[in-house]
Parts: sequence; C-alpha cells; structure tokens
Amino acid sequence: MRVLVIEDDKDVAAYLVNGLKESDNVVDHAADGKDGLLLAASENYDVMIIDRMLPSMDGLSIIKTIRATDNDTPVLILSALGDVDDRVEGLRGGGDDYLTKPFSFTELLARLEALLRRGPSSGSEQVTHLSVADLEMDLLARTVKRGAEKIDLQPREFRLLEYLMKHAGQVVTRTMLLEQVWDYHFDPQTNVIDVHISRLRSKIDKDFPKQLLQTVRGAGYILSEDP
Amino acid sequence: MYMVLFASSVFILMGFIYWATAGYMSNQTDETVEAEIIGLAEQYQRQGLNGLISVIRERVARDPNGKAIYLFTARDFIKLAGNIDKWPEGGDVQEGWLNFNLSPELGWHKEQIHPARARVFIVPGGLRLLVGRDVSEFMAVKQLVERAINFGMAITFALAMIGGIMMSRSTARRVELINSASQRIMTGNLSLRIPDRGTNDEFDQLARNLNEMLDRIVTLMEGIKHVSDNIAHDLRTPLTRLRNQLESTMMKVERQSDREQVAEAVAEADQLLATFNALLRIARLEMGGRVANFTSFNLSELVSDAAELYEAVAEDKNQKFELSIEENLTITGDKDLLFQTLTNLVDNAIKYTPEGGAVSLQLRKTKEHALIEVNDSGIGIPEDELDKVFGRFYRVAKSRSLPGNGLGLSLVNAVIEMHQGKITLTNNLPGLRVEIKLPQHVSIPEKELKTA
Repeated sequence: MRVLVIEDDKDVAAYLVNGLKESDNVVDHAADGKDGLLLAASENYDVMIIDRMLPSMDGLSIIKTIRATDNDTPVLILSALGDVDDRVEGLRGGGDDYLTKPFSFTELLARLEALLRRGPSSGSEQVTHLSVADLEMDLLARTVKRGAEKIDLQPREFRLLEYLMKHAGQVVTRTMLLEQVWDYHFDPQTNVIDVHISRLRSKIDKDFPKQLLQTVRGAGYILSEDP
Repeated sequence: MYMVLFASSVFILMGFIYWATAGYMSNQTDETVEAEIIGLAEQYQRQGLNGLISVIRERVARDPNGKAIYLFTARDFIKLAGNIDKWPEGGDVQEGWLNFNLSPELGWHKEQIHPARARVFIVPGGLRLLVGRDVSEFMAVKQLVERAINFGMAITFALAMIGGIMMSRSTARRVELINSASQRIMTGNLSLRIPDRGTNDEFDQLARNLNEMLDRIVTLMEGIKHVSDNIAHDLRTPLTRLRNQLESTMMKVERQSDREQVAEAVAEADQLLATFNALLRIARLEMGGRVANFTSFNLSELVSDAAELYEAVAEDKNQKFELSIEENLTITGDKDLLFQTLTNLVDNAIKYTPEGGAVSLQLRKTKEHALIEVNDSGIGIPEDELDKVFGRFYRVAKSRSLPGNGLGLSLVNAVIEMHQGKITLTNNLPGLRVEIKLPQHVSIPEKELKTA
C-alpha cells in the first residue's frame, strides 16, 4: 500500500518509514504540517499516518482540510497525548483511528490494515453474510454455521467472531478487539481477551480438523483459512 | 478557669479595700480615745482628782450630743463624773479596750442602742475611768462598705460568668472552626486553608502557622510528585526508542529462538512503559478538573459489561461469580475511566481469590448514590495495610509474588475522587469487600457537560 507519514520526531519517523518499507509498502514522509498537507492533497494514498503535534500546522487541521476536499483516505492519528479526551477529539476531528505513542509496530500495522479494509466496504451496500473457509455467518438471522453444524454463540461472542471474520486474514490485536467489540478504551490488567478467544475457539474450532482462529505471538489473533 | 482566677482576684482586692478601710477607721477611733486619755492624764497630774472630775464634767457639758463617752467612778462604782451612769458589762472588772453597746439603761442620753468602743483605766486609789467613743457612724460606714463590697462581688461574679461563657463560646467556636477545617484538609482536600479572621489574635496566629505548615507540606508533596512524574516522562522517550529498536531488530532476526528472546525483551519494555503510562495517567487525574469527558450514561450497562468480560475469567478459575445489578441506573461521569476502575477491581478480586472461591459484583441505588460492591473470598488485605494500598507502588506483602505494578488501586482511587465518590475497603473474613459510592449527579459546570 501507499502510505503517507506526517511526523516531525525523527526517531519515530525513521521507525515508521523503515518498518513500513520492510513490510513492502511505499512510504512518503513529511516532517512538517504544511509539507504534509501539500503531499496529502496532491498525491493519492491508501492510508495516512498523521502526528497530532506538528510544526507550522497541527494534525487535526490537516485532517479537517483534507476532509473538506472530499478526500476520504483513512487517517490514523498518532499522539503522545494518551488521554481519552484527546482520542475522542481526534476521532471527532475526522481521524479514523487513534494510536498513542509509544506503540508497537505490529499494533500499528494491524490497525493500518484494518483501516484499509474498512475503506472501500464501509460505503453503500450492507454486508449480510460473512464466510471464512467453511465457517459462515448470517448477519441478519444472527446465526453461525461451521460446515453443516450450527454453532450457538453468546451475543458478545457473535460480535467478536463478526469482527474477526470481517478482518479475516489480518492480524487483530487485543486492544483493537477491546475497542471494537467491547466498546471500551481501557488497559486490562490481565489478558481477559485471551479467555474470550479461547472460549470462542472451543466453539468454532474444537471439533473440527482445521483450526481457523490462530494466535499470533506478541501481536494478537488472526482468523484465516491458511495456517 | 479564667473566670475563677478573675473572680478570686477581685475578691482579694475587695477584701483588701475592706480591711484597709475598716482598719483605718478603727485606728482613728482608738487614736482619738488615746489622745483624750493623754489629755485627761495631764489634767489629773496637774490638778489632781478634782481637776480630772471638773474637766470631764466640762467636756460633757460642752458637747452633750457628742460622740465622746466618759465615766469616772469611785472605788465602790459610785459615779463621780461622765455621761453614762453604769459600767457596761465587763468594764467593771478589767482594764483595757472594750466594745459594748450604749443604751438608755447605761444612762445614755439617746434612745437607740449605739455601738461603742472604750478604754478602761484604773486610776491610782481604786478609781476607774472609762473613755470611749460612739462608733455608730463608723459601724454604719463599715456596713456600707460591706454592702458595697458584697454587691460589687455579686456584680463581678455575674459579669465574670457572662464574660467567661461568652469568651469560652467564641473560643470554642474558633477552635471548632480550626478543627473542622483541618478535618476537611486531612480527608484529602489539601488546597483548603484554615480561615483567618484578621483580628491578629492567638487564633489567627495559630491558623496562619498551620496554614504555613500546610503550604510547606503541599510544596514537598508536589516536589515528590513532580520528581516521579518527571522521571516517568523523561524516561518514556528513550525507553520508547529502545523498545522500537528492539522491535525493528526482532523483525530482522532469522533464528526463531533468538527472535523469541528479543520478543521477550520487547514485552519487558512494554511492561515498563505501561507502568510509566499508568503513573502519568494517575498524575494527570490527580491534577484534577478533567471532567471534559463526563457524560450521562447507563451505569447498569457498564457494570454488566465489565461483569460479562470477567465472568469467563472467574469461570476459568472455577470461581463462583455472582452478579446483582439494579437496572437503568444513570450517572454522570467518564465512562472509560469508570470501566477501567471496575475492571481493575474485578480483576484484583479474581486474581487474589484462589480457585474454587467466590467473587461477587453488585450495583444498587441509594437515595443519591450509586453503590458498587466488589466482594471476594480471597486473601484479603491485612487491617493495618488497608489505607496504604491506594499509595503508588504499594503492594501488600503476600501478594508481591503475583503480577502487578502496585498502581491499579492508585488509579482506582484517583478516578473515584475525580467523580467525587468514596471508596472503602473492608475485610470480608475471608476476602475483601470494596465499596464504591458514586454521586449520581456530579456537580460540574453545565457547559462542560457533553451529552452521550
């Protein structure tokens, strides 16, 4: 994918650019708000990573300006301000996701991919049916089937599986699940998510030869056909 | 106390005045009598017995209504001269000073009984002479003084009593004021100060001294907080760099075992960063006033979401998880922070309760509060450590082996305080009972309140 990074901190910028390049992305970098806006407006990117605090023009103003020109490129806001109100402000200001420094690269990459996936599909037509291998989900009837077998899920388990299926083939981090499935932004002291994942796994994978829900060490989970 | 001191000093003063006045007056009387005796003795020496008699007669005649009293008798008590006829009781036996009452019976020319004081002499030859004075006037004055003093004492006592009560009342009020102010300060509002009335009395000085002490405590506390917060802040950047470099390295490492080792180092760095972040977050919350994210929301839903999230964890530990939630309880607050608080508490409850134990979560409504209770049957907290666990990095001795950074409850406390609530820990025997009281409506300026 083509990524624009607007970040003034040299270390963070280098970390981002190198990391993204290594995972086979094309990266442009601007160290200053105005340069960044110029690039964002003139080039076509799949996703943009914008720091909030920038010289000459702050991140939120850049996003507002871009959005005013009907540019819907997904934006991930980076910020050293970890407070929730900053997060809310960033998301209201037109950002699509928000990540606090310091962040792990896997977390960033997972979120970027989630943003990319959301980009085109979050439009007109409503998805009513999801499937990964022989696992099928009917979003209208709210039923799940693996092969011919019907699987009973609790409402939250359903939402968890729905999110995983929508991002099938991508790494999904624990924080992303907490934010998207549980709707709370907080730091769990223990890995509560693991408990829920293993319950879900016991329902959808346990009695089947092919395991779909995998744990990615140090990152999160992936629901995928290929092991 | 002051009243007694004051009254007794007045009493002593009055007593002295009385003693001095009465003493002076009776001295006067005695001196007059002595002077007269000296005069009469001279007459007697110069002119003999007859001269003495005539002088006495002359003096009586000159001033028949006077205050002087004379009686001169022969050996057989026959009156030779004088203005009374008989010897007063006792006067016929002894010599010296004598107090008696003048009455018509003694041959006194006045109807009323008058007190008198006299000196009795034995003149050589068995003759007796009495020279005295009517002291009724002196007695009257003495009585007047006595009455004045009694009356004065009564007034003094009354005034002292009223003044004392008023003084002790106002003293008590000032002391009470200082007491209640210090109580409020002790319960956490360190920005409060003891009021100063501007009268510059001892209480004002006490208040000022206490306030200065408080200022100093606050400065010291802020200093400590600053140091720890600055350390956290300043170390975060290099630590982030270290972490990021490690992560970059990890991606380049070929061998799986090496890669896992680096991944562990990254995880350690993440743990450290999380601790720093928690510390900074608490510091920000404690700085207070961050009500920007306050919304009105359904607390019942929040509690059941937290319960749903953790119920599975408890079940994995074979713990009984009981839930009792009163529906549709709305409060004003920061949803994410309260969720964090609740999950911290439930997480602790599950963590410190052994397999097979019980954990319960309750939400109910009182008149003005929402009451959240988290109970467990775990290892609990020793009684003397109950109030310490909210301190940063404080960990109960027997839980040190379990994972945690000692900041969870500090954060909980900061959040509850921010919501103007109250958290109490009590021992459940066995286990711990955490009770959170949250006001349903936090008084914050309307314009800062966003609707959900």
